[in-house]
Amino acid sequence: MWQFIGIRVIQGIFTLLVISLLVFLATRLTGDPALVLLPAEASSKADYERVKKQLGLDKPLSTQYLIFLKGAVQGDFGLSIRDRRPTRDLLLERLPATLQLALAGMALAIVVGVPLGILSAVRRDSIFDKGGKLFAVLGMAAPQFWVAIMLILLFGAILKVLPTYGREGPENFILPSFVLAWSIMAGIMRLGRSSMLEVLDSDYVRFARIKGLKDGMVVWKHALRNALIPILTFSGISLAGLLNGAIVVEQVFAWPGLGRLMLDGVLQRNFPVVQAAVMASAFFYILTALIVDILYVYADPRIRH
Amino acid sequence: MATTDLVLETSQPQLSRRQRLAEKRLPWIPIVVLLVLLVCTAFAHWLAPHDPTSLNIINSKLAPFESMEHPLGTDVLGRDMLSRLIYGARTTAQISVTALALGAIIGTVVGLVSGYWGGWSDAILMRITDAALGFPTILLALVVVVIMDPGPTAIILAVLLTVWARFARMIRGDVLTVKGYDFVTLARITGVKSPVILWRHIFPNVANTLMVITSLMVGQIILLEAALSFLGLGLSPGAPAWGIMVAEGQEVILDVWWLSLFPGVAITVVVLAFNFFGDWLRDYLDPKLRRAR
Repeated sequence: MWQFIGIRVIQGIFTLLVISLLVFLATRLTGDPALVLLPAEASSKADYERVKKQLGLDKPLSTQYLIFLKGAVQGDFGLSIRDRRPTRDLLLERLPATLQLALAGMALAIVVGVPLGILSAVRRDSIFDKGGKLFAVLGMAAPQFWVAIMLILLFGAILKVLPTYGREGPENFILPSFVLAWSIMAGIMRLGRSSMLEVLDSDYVRFARIKGLKDGMVVWKHALRNALIPILTFSGISLAGLLNGAIVVEQVFAWPGLGRLMLDGVLQRNFPVVQAAVMASAFFYILTALIVDILYVYADPRIRH
Repeated sequence: MATTDLVLETSQPQLSRRQRLAEKRLPWIPIVVLLVLLVCTAFAHWLAPHDPTSLNIINSKLAPFESMEHPLGTDVLGRDMLSRLIYGARTTAQISVTALALGAIIGTVVGLVSGYWGGWSDAILMRITDAALGFPTILLALVVVVIMDPGPTAIILAVLLTVWARFARMIRGDVLTVKGYDFVTLARITGVKSPVILWRHIFPNVANTLMVITSLMVGQIILLEAALSFLGLGLSPGAPAWGIMVAEGQEVILDVWWLSLFPGVAITVVVLAFNFFGDWLRDYLDPKLRRAR
């Protein structure tokens, strides 16, 4: 158990190092950072050398990388080129919004997806099952950015019942978290349905039925637990999708989170900000994946050995 | 999943040609959608009534069916929506097919090598695969776009970087099974060289898996390409791409709703068609795979 966690932690750190190297090299490949900072006109050779020294660019590349890493551990990637603010402040300011959105989305996906999936399996081939399937199939095929815009049009502009931007109150969460959650919800529904069907067909569930247990008891006490294991795995895998989605959703709903920080950084060629946001996302992504893996071991004792 | 009845290839010579087709349960609607996409891609310049990029301010913001000259209306700059949609199909197809083909080739080679030789090369290749699989695509794409200039190549590279790993992982799994079969052992004993074994004996046996993953990946690739275009990370603004068209419509959604609606519907329908077709192909070629999903 501890060995397993240890290995996963080391793998996670390794992946982070690879990503940091990639991010570090990415900014060096796109040109000289010193030239980006200097005004095009009125910059002498002396100015250039001074800025270079100031940024530590005169040192060998490996030393630069180590300095970059040291800063990265502290969330310090220098100043934002645009407004000269420390990247760490920007990160701390934006992070809560993204975490809240991601949590709301994941919670919604699980709270709606699991019961719907189970109900589809228990009431197989009912109208309910078919409607659920349609909902799931659409959720996997409709592009998130478009669904978001259509929902804004419907609920924000035509019906005027929900706010479509900002994050003041709980009602601000409804549309963004649904858009973020839909495809994951669809996956959870389909997976929950198929694994539930499989479990309902197993010997121990049949035995429980023969024993005379009521249907509800069979589903709750015996089937559900085992049907949940694949869902847990899937939720872990979906984290990447959640992060992908967050960038799109934040953009459409003007959500002041990490995703938009990242996107704006790229569009404005604001390298310190991009580095900071990418590294922070990667860190949280790997951390959550690790936690899911550990939960997985708890949920399924079979893989402990 | 769709149905529980497996499509078994039982030999029943008394069946007519038509009955045999019915037996296969071909997904007609998806096939028709894909054919339309194909035709639009190949003949966009003949089919499109107008130039997709020519501006015409006088005829801007025409509603659908308002004028027969522009059946689906025009956008803010007076560009014909139908033409832009048709050319958008071409853009989508070009990017997706290139990324998919490259991803399939690289992934298959990595999967074959990794599965067949095993050992160190396998360990290293699979760690890299894990890293690529476990990393959010758009994040990778952002890094790619920072390094390169935005454009079709950047989108293709960004998609490619995540796609190949899925192929590698699945193909490797298949190779591990096929490797253990007698005909491979026999070939090895008789001194057939490894590349020949891989190409002549192992590859034909993983080709089914390759086809199934390919068809199941298309939908995801189209969605990814559209999302990148929408975010402004790929093609130049104004290019006829469905993702860009949705983004253009977003700014004026209250005024001219059809600008975002149509390209979004197009993406959804095409992705749906590919997903259904992929599901069908998987069930048809290999009923075993159906359980694996």
